[in-house]
Amino acid sequence: MQYFDNLERLFKLLNQLSEGMLTSLSIFFCTLLFSLPLGLVVALGRMSKRKWVSAPVSFFILIMRGTPLMLQLFAVYFFLPRLVGPIPRLQSTLIAFSFNYAAYFAEIYRGGIMSIDRGQYEAAQVLGYTRGQTFMQIILPQTLKRVLLPVSNEVITLVKDTSLATAIAVSELFLVAKNATSSSGSVEPLFIAGLFYLAMNTLVTIFFNWLTHKFDYYRN
Amino acid sequence: MLEVKHVAKAFGGDAVLRDVSLTVQQGQVVAIIGRSGSGKSTLLRCMNHLETVDAGEILIDGLPMVASGINGKPVYAPKTELRKLCLKMGFVFQNYNLFPHMTVMRNLCQAQEHVLGRTKPQAATRAKELLAKVGLADKAGQYPCQLSGGQQQRVAIARALALDPEILCFDEPTSALDPQLTQEVLNVIRDLAKEKRTMIVVTHEMRFAREVADYVIFMQDGVIRAEGTPDDVMGEHRTEELSAFMGLLGDE
Repeated sequence: MQYFDNLERLFKLLNQLSEGMLTSLSIFFCTLLFSLPLGLVVALGRMSKRKWVSAPVSFFILIMRGTPLMLQLFAVYFFLPRLVGPIPRLQSTLIAFSFNYAAYFAEIYRGGIMSIDRGQYEAAQVLGYTRGQTFMQIILPQTLKRVLLPVSNEVITLVKDTSLATAIAVSELFLVAKNATSSSGSVEPLFIAGLFYLAMNTLVTIFFNWLTHKFDYYRN
Repeated sequence: MLEVKHVAKAFGGDAVLRDVSLTVQQGQVVAIIGRSGSGKSTLLRCMNHLETVDAGEILIDGLPMVASGINGKPVYAPKTELRKLCLKMGFVFQNYNLFPHMTVMRNLCQAQEHVLGRTKPQAATRAKELLAKVGLADKAGQYPCQLSGGQQQRVAIARALALDPEILCFDEPTSALDPQLTQEVLNVIRDLAKEKRTMIVVTHEMRFAREVADYVIFMQDGVIRAEGTPDDVMGEHRTEELSAFMGLLGDE
């Protein structure tokens, strides 16, 4: 009980962890900002009737989902700079995370889009909607409701996955806690960090419950 | 006016339509009857470009939606014209296909605004008028899931009418409804017939077809087996085939 006996030490630790948390949060929000829309583009590419579009996109999804995210993180951090010049740690993390999560979101979107009844497309067609209008006004709004639950799963996983950035020494929450543990010889910082993740995911859960409720205005 | 000439359609190896021709005049109500699998729905869907034909021609107001090209292959009109032509046709589905995420009002207004370019007030006025006509003026703010099947189908009819089609097509509009709800919907179609609206109705409701249609087409195995006025086709001198079919349905 190195920390709970000594309030001053505890506050110092909480302060450090909070700073780490801010970095974790920025990874979290930036990844969502990029991967949620990118996922839609990937999903549409995956569903393209043109083989030269859908085949490479399928391959991309296979790689992203089929190899460890940590490995992808290493690949971006150590190998991408050889092609494009130096990339800071945080940016490397964002690139790897965004592409990885885009692949997962893409498959979730694809499932949602494919679950929409054919009759909706036909109704839109006989009413004269263009393909773009059909997608934006008829298909996408209904898809959003259907993908909410699987997307919330991924978002919750992402909160915890931000800790993988530790592997390339981004000083996010987990690395800060691990360092505090190493220097103090106590595991308490790691468990306190665990509470930080839990708190964040509680908020994420509350947010998605609220969103689900928002979409309750119609049933299929 | 709609002309269908020598249309053929197969799914996989199965011929669903073989050399079907018919003409629908303005103001005419045409009923298409026949067993499930006789090709009647497919024919209607071809007229609305929900299926593509394998051969033959379809003309709307004399303009080709699909024409016969060299070596008999069907050639469809270019995209923009095709959309314009298809807008002359309205379509009511068996299972309504309303947009579940939109209110009844939105279901009626959305296409008016985004496809026809009407202003919001114009679209709303037309929508209210049509909802009153199908007896659902009080349901404008509801979502489709809050309505009965009969009400949903009446909304679907209003939605199709909102775009002012020249010809309104019904694909077994009452097949998913119980007898009472069926009457609600048939009454709406009856009223439209009184207004001399051009309509093509694929239906299993024999009595209704006989009462409302000016012209009846009986299909079997992808071909038109009998056609003419309801009395000619369904009256005393009807074919044995049709008698058998009507007997199956328990009518008369």
